[in-house]
Amino acid sequence: MKYAGLLVMAAGFFLSIAAVVLFSAPAQRGAFVVCGLAVEILGLVVAVRAHMEARGESRP
Amino acid sequence: MNLQAALPLTDSAFALALVLLLLAPLAIAGVALINTGLGRSRSAAQALLGNLAMMAVAAIVFAVVGAAFTGNLPDGSGGAGHTFHLAGEPWNWLGAGPILLGGLGSAPPLSQLALLFELLAVAMAVLIPWGSGADRLRLSAGIAISAALAAIVFPLLAHWVWAGGWLSQLGINFSLGVGFLDAGGAATAHVLGGICALIVVWIAGPRRGKFPKEGLATAMPGHNAVYVAFGCLLALVGWLAWNVAGAVIWLHAPLAALPVTAVNTLLSASGALAATFAVTRVRFGKPDASLCANGWLAGLVASSACAGLVTPAESIFIGLAAGVITPLLVEVLELALSIDDPSGAITVHAVGGLWGLLAAGIFAPQPGQLVAQLIGIATLLGLVLPVVYLLFKLLNRIVPFRVDQDGERIGMDLHELGGGAYPEFVIHRDDSYR
Repeated sequence: MKYAGLLVMAAGFFLSIAAVVLFSAPAQRGAFVVCGLAVEILGLVVAVRAHMEARGESRP
Repeated sequence: MNLQAALPLTDSAFALALVLLLLAPLAIAGVALINTGLGRSRSAAQALLGNLAMMAVAAIVFAVVGAAFTGNLPDGSGGAGHTFHLAGEPWNWLGAGPILLGGLGSAPPLSQLALLFELLAVAMAVLIPWGSGADRLRLSAGIAISAALAAIVFPLLAHWVWAGGWLSQLGINFSLGVGFLDAGGAATAHVLGGICALIVVWIAGPRRGKFPKEGLATAMPGHNAVYVAFGCLLALVGWLAWNVAGAVIWLHAPLAALPVTAVNTLLSASGALAATFAVTRVRFGKPDASLCANGWLAGLVASSACAGLVTPAESIFIGLAAGVITPLLVEVLELALSIDDPSGAITVHAVGGLWGLLAAGIFAPQPGQLVAQLIGIATLLGLVLPVVYLLFKLLNRIVPFRVDQDGERIGMDLHELGGGAYPEFVIHRDDSYR
């Protein structure tokens, strides 16, 4: 799950880059960059959740 | 600040920046003391030696190979490097310079200052994960982490941000403000270090007994609040020097603009301390010394990104926000997310730095600057974090990060160095193991 989260984070980065390349209007560009960041945060949440679950299983 | 009206580097600006860079290591000394003070007494010597060793390794590795990938030498124009084209624009992604700092002596003064700044920034970046791995991260692992960061990750990021790389060119190529701005190393040193801290904690795991099967997390307070507080004072001096030197080198700020940068640095830290003081007073009934220290440091980290760009009033706001976020997030990370970060580096350096970078975009007068800052933040989270995770996972297979159980029980000092930091003190039995 942690790797899935990291993959989603990378996808968010490429979404942000795509926004810069594909759009020239500032509003569209800004909105898509924010969407990319939101995807990254989603990926981070998945990775953190995976860490918590792994910790819960290995607690003494 | 109007970057278009920047003045060329004069002799007096060069001399000033050089003197300031000679004071900047005080910030590193402050962080090293804070790392040591927030760890346990039986790991104090290992913590402090680790700080020195990691700095030394980072400096050597960066000088031998890292600086070549950063690409500030030989001409300092930032033009040199490897480029690909996308959407009709060049994307400069890797610097190309001489190894072993060849030609440093004959390089333009600005290039020499830039290299010194980067050398200090990489030393700062490698110390940050060391604090988070306190009491269980092996010395050899710290050195390996330091070498990997100084050889690959930091040079790439520094090239993108400071040496004509694609992030710094967002303004020219895509009309996004003046490109990604980070005059004090908030992204290249602090957010990078904070991200590494998170990954070290993920891989090494929590200290033994920190999260028992039942009940709340065990409190493991730092062993020396005096080190921590003194570290904060040292850090202030170093940060003032660092931010002002950064404004001269990266923003080409005129001398008349430098006092404001220094004032903003102090105001940001002060606002952060005041906010953390108030939040911990309300949350716990009394102000918490270590959290206040973390708040102070978070204010300084946030100022790294924007001290040369904002007004004093905005600096106070930036500091206040950093100071509110810090104690709350430290608590959430520990109690809700099971992340054992003794030095609070993830909150202070990663989140504080990200907030500073965002604030630089919010308050910058140039249109499109906020988007440029957001793309920089997206790069740190979406590209640097996964790459560093994979790198550290690989490194952990070669040099295991975590000490064995016996080493953790007797303390890192005895286990790794054969002697403690306080030989005349009685080290008490560890009651926190359940």
